[in-house]
Parts: sequence; C-alpha cells; structure tokens
Amino acid sequence: MIGATIILAFREIRRNPMRSILTTLGIMIGVASVIAMVTLGRSVTARITADIASMGTNLLIVAPGAERHGPVSSTASAFTMNDVVAIERESGAVDKVAPTASSSALVVCGNSNWNTTIQGSTNEFFEVRGYKFAQGEGFTETQLQAGLPVCVIGETVRRELFGQQDPVGSTVRIGTITFTVTGLTASKGKAAMGPDQDDLVVIPVVTFQRRIAGNTDINSILVSALTSAKTALAKGQVEALMRERRHIAAGQVDDFSVEDMKEMGTMLTNVTTVLTALLGAIAGVSLIVGGIGIMNIMLVSVTERTREIGIRLSIGAREREVLLQFLVEAVTLSVFGGMIGILLGIALSFGGAIAFGMPFGLKPDIVVIAILFSGAVGVGFGYVPARKASRLNPIDALRHE
Amino acid sequence: MKPVETTATPLVELRHVSKVYGAGESEVRALDGTELVIEHGEFVAIVGASGSGKSTCLNVLGCLDAPTSGNYLFQGVDVHSLTRDQRALLRRHYFGFVFQGFNLLARTSAIENVELPLVYRHVGLSERRLLALQALEEVGLGARAHHTPAELSGGQQQRVAIARAIVTNPLLLLADEPTGNLDSARKRDTMQLLIDLNRRRGITIVVVTHEADIADYARRIVRFHDGVIESDTLTGQGEQTGEGAA
Ligand SMILES: Nc1ncnc2c1ncn2[C@@H]1O[C@H](COP(=O)(O)OP(=O)(O)OP(=O)(O)O)[C@@H](O)[C@H]1O
Ligand SMILES: [Mg+2]
Repeated sequence: MIGATIILAFREIRRNPMRSILTTLGIMIGVASVIAMVTLGRSVTARITADIASMGTNLLIVAPGAERHGPVSSTASAFTMNDVVAIERESGAVDKVAPTASSSALVVCGNSNWNTTIQGSTNEFFEVRGYKFAQGEGFTETQLQAGLPVCVIGETVRRELFGQQDPVGSTVRIGTITFTVTGLTASKGKAAMGPDQDDLVVIPVVTFQRRIAGNTDINSILVSALTSAKTALAKGQVEALMRERRHIAAGQVDDFSVEDMKEMGTMLTNVTTVLTALLGAIAGVSLIVGGIGIMNIMLVSVTERTREIGIRLSIGAREREVLLQFLVEAVTLSVFGGMIGILLGIALSFGGAIAFGMPFGLKPDIVVIAILFSGAVGVGFGYVPARKASRLNPIDALRHE
Repeated sequence: MKPVETTATPLVELRHVSKVYGAGESEVRALDGTELVIEHGEFVAIVGASGSGKSTCLNVLGCLDAPTSGNYLFQGVDVHSLTRDQRALLRRHYFGFVFQGFNLLARTSAIENVELPLVYRHVGLSERRLLALQALEEVGLGARAHHTPAELSGGQQQRVAIARAIVTNPLLLLADEPTGNLDSARKRDTMQLLIDLNRRRGITIVVVTHEADIADYARRIVRFHDGVIESDTLTGQGEQTGEGAA
C-alpha cells in the first residue's frame, strides 16, 4: 500500500508542476534566507571578536584625559617615561608595559611615499599588541637607549613602499631623517572595523621624542595584565598608581582613563549579538512570508483537491491512504525545497563571508530549525486541509465548492 | 413494495430511508421513507422527474452519502454499523459508481483514471494497464487512452467514467444517467454493454435515467416522485433470465 501511495503522490506532484514549483520555491526562499542571514550575522560576530583578540590580549590602554568625555582634554598633561617605569615596577598584576608616542608622517622610499602612523615605543609594544615578526626583528638595547634611526614596518607600509622587495636592511626617510628597517611585522589581516593594524611604522621611543616630537611626552601607555582574569585587578592597580602620581585627591575626577579592551570586546559582542538576532528576525519574517505563499497555493488548490479526495474516497480509498498520499506529497515538496534552500543559503552566506572577508562558520542548529520550520509549513498547509476533506462523506467532498 | 422472489438475503435493502436537506422552511426531503429491495443479478432502472431524489437514492446505495434516518442493508449488513474504513472497503470491492458529473481526476489520462480503482485494490502495474485498456475498449475509447479529461468530449468523459466503474468487475454497478451526454447510437451501445455485464457477468445494475426507451432495457423500473417511490414495475424483459444470482 505504501509503495503504491508514494507512486500516486509523485504522480500528483508531476501532474501539477506549477503548484509544485511554487510550493518548493516558497520553502526554498524561506530556508535560504534564514540560513544566509543568521550565518552572516554569526560571521560578523566571529570576525569582530577575532579582531578584538588580535589587538592584543589582556590589553589596557592608559590615556590622558577623563574617560568618556569626547576628545582628549587639552588640560590633561601627557605621561612621561617615569610613569611607564613606575607602572612596570609597582603594579603587581601587570606583565608588560609599552609607552607610545605617535604622530602621522610621510614615509619616503625611492620614488614611493606613504602617509602612515609613526609609533615611538619599545620592544614591549610588539608583545603587548600581539605583533609577530615576519622578517628581521625588534630593536636592540643600544638602538633603544641611544635613540638610533631604526624602524620596524607593518605589512601595508612594506607593500606600498617596497612592493615585492625584502625591506629589512633597506632605508626609508621620514622628514629629513633616514631610518634603517630592522624588521617587518606579520600581517594581522584586514579588520572588519577599526584601523588597518598593518599600516604603521614603529621606531624607538627615544628616537621619536628627540628627532620627531621634540619633547618627552608619552601619549598613551599600553599595559598587558598577567592573565586575562587579572585585567580588572591590573586596571585597579594602574588607576590607583596614576592617581597618586598625578596628585588627584579623593573625590576628584581622574584626568586620565584606563580602557579595558576586554570590556570593549564584550560591548561589541553584545552589539553583534543583537545584530544577529535582528537578521534572524528578518529571516524569520521571510520564512513566514514563504509559508503564507505556500498556504495560499494550498488553499487555492483545496477545492480541486477536495474533489480529488472525494473521487478517491468514492472508488474505495481509505482515509489513511488518502492522507498518506497527501503527506508524502507535502513532505517531498518541503524536503526538496528545504534541501535546495539549505544549499542556496550556504552558498549565499559563504559568498557573503568571502566578499566581506569574514570567517565562514555554518552552525547546524539553524539548518535544523530551517528544515523543521519548512517541513511544518509544508505539512501543515498541505496536510491539514487534506485531513479535513478526507473526513467528509465522499459525496460532500465531491460537491465541495 | 415489490421484491422479486426471495430465498437468500437480498443484495441491497433500503428500510424506510429518508434524506433531509436543510431545516425548517427550507427543508427538502430528497428521500422520504424509501423502501427498496434489490436482489442479486437484477437490472433496475430508476426514473422520475428532475429533483425527485434519484441521485440521492443512488448515493445512499453506493455508500457515498449517509441517510438521515432509516437503514441501509447491504447483503444483510446494516451499513450504518460499519466503520468509515469498512464502508470504503465495501466501495472498493463491491461497488462501481458512474457519477452524473463524471468526476474524473483532472490532468490525468483516461487510462490512469480507469486504473485508479485497481490501484486501491493492489493490482500489479502490468495487469492494471491491461484491465484498464480492456475496459476502455469496451466503451469504445481504446484509442483515447492517453488523453486527459480536458482533451475529451463530454460523451467520451462519460464513457471513461463508465470504464472506471466496470474495470473492477463490481458486484453492484450504480450508474447515474450514464448516457446523458451520448448520441443515440452510443446510447444503444452503452445500454447494450450494461445489459451484457448484467447477463454475462451477473453484475447487478441500478441505472438512473430520464429516457423512456433506455428504461425499456431494464427488467424493473422504479419511479420516483418527490422523494417517494411512486411505482415499482417489472417489464417483460425481466422474464428471460430470471433471478440470475450467479
Ligand atoms: N446537497 C444538497 N443540499 C440541499 N439540497 C439538496 C442537496 N442535494 C440534493 N438536494 C435536493 O434534493 C432533491 C433531490 O435531488 P437529486 O439530486 O436526488 O435529484 P435527481 O432526481 O437526481 O435530479 P436530476 O434528474 O436533475 O439529477 C432536490 O430537490 C435537490 O434540490
Ligand atoms: Mg441526479
């Protein structure tokens, strides 16, 4: 009985190509959009999380000026190397401390030039920010102490100035000073948001202060905590120390800020989670719209189908045989539409991930949800009217208008 | 009423069957206390004015419709006491039904329509095809086997409906105006086919018709008037083969 009924169901699908195609299409689009949207949303989240991690683990940024009050207050004085040394020596939860003094400048090499950020810092900079060396190495103790004109360049700078050539040992010019390239940092990849982390030139902080800035200011201090769990502790220690060193009385507002990258990461992750939920909601709506499309097709054909059921009943089909046929029909169309929808959804989200340079990660849960929903829609709207019709007297089903 | 001589249980028996549509002012008594006994092998013509309850009676006989009151006994079993599935099996194994409005499956070829009752009887594919083609040839439509109802004339559709009803070689053939759309030559052929089925295969036939000369083929004529059986008469033809309950 089952075999014959399945054959009947397939015949019926073939016999009404338009109805079958429209049903399949509705399910297909619904499933594809859910998968594509949710997967893309998750890719964005993963990408942003990865970007934050790549900026350095356990990172604290100490900057002059009160927190969350717009641009850095001009009245807040800059740090000095003494502050850096103090943090290093006195804050127990702190691992590495890197001073940074920066400005933007034009870097020239032969016929090429490139406008980039010049960071005056120490070798700790590379560790705190998580840079690895692709070629060459950081600064020697002599270079740092004496403020020699040496530099480490990022991948973007190398590409713009050297093309395919090996930069280590070559020289570049910043202003009137000629710098020797000692190292090239490995690329951190294109960030989904925020600045290009490969677009920088690092020189010894002493060199920066003497030859470029002409003062002893430190613009910001990068601090890494011993462990991720100790970032809050480290933050407290650094804050207390800086309040003391900058003579801020109890009750007075800090004229500096200590920013925790982990906090910022959590915030951004929250934002992207909301984004994913939003995309999911949009996708859910399209699934429902697809479902309503299917429902329309099914309801329009219900008169004809009810007559068909009447005919089948009148020549001796049992209720359950009629229902099995309709169930097989609905399930086949839903599964078929669902499968194409899954493939299409995966293709769309994969293409999107590639286009926006994001990691592609398909989670099975959303596929399962999409399949279940499409199945429920197909079966619900194909099967329920059929069940109603098959419970009528044959003659009433035949007379149905 | 008017039973032919009864030895065993009659094939069908309607006991005070009524079918009422609507209620109150708009109430229509399509059947009103109908008593009817039909023996194995009979050929009964049901006649009467339009709206007199002929189709309603046939639908009740075919287990397609349930009477409002009264009992319908098929081979002595009260159909009302059966489950829906059992009534479906009754239709599957004992009845052939030709509808006044054909009721063929749309977009489905003539032969597939004729095959359908055999599908539910679990007849294998090749045998099914053969039997369906034979039935179509019997109604003169062998050449149109692969046309869909939309590609067939009214009379041709009617003959497909007849083929579908006879393909299972039923015990009881119920035909509602099976010749309504046919020309006089086809009418004669179709009636001859029904008579052959009745005489050679012993199929009991109940046919609804408006046409007096068609009724002449039958051995027994039941005349309806406003849901009531007005007369129930045997014709001379009936004498030739007697009971005929094979
Ligand atoms: N589903 C229904 N609802 C309401 N009234 C109905 C219904 N079916 C039939 N009737 C009424 O029952 C009566 C008998 O109808 P039936 O179809 O049995 O007539 P008939 O003798 O077959 O007529 P015809 O020769 O025109 O086919 C008619 O008055 C009809 O209006
Ligand atoms: Mg009628």
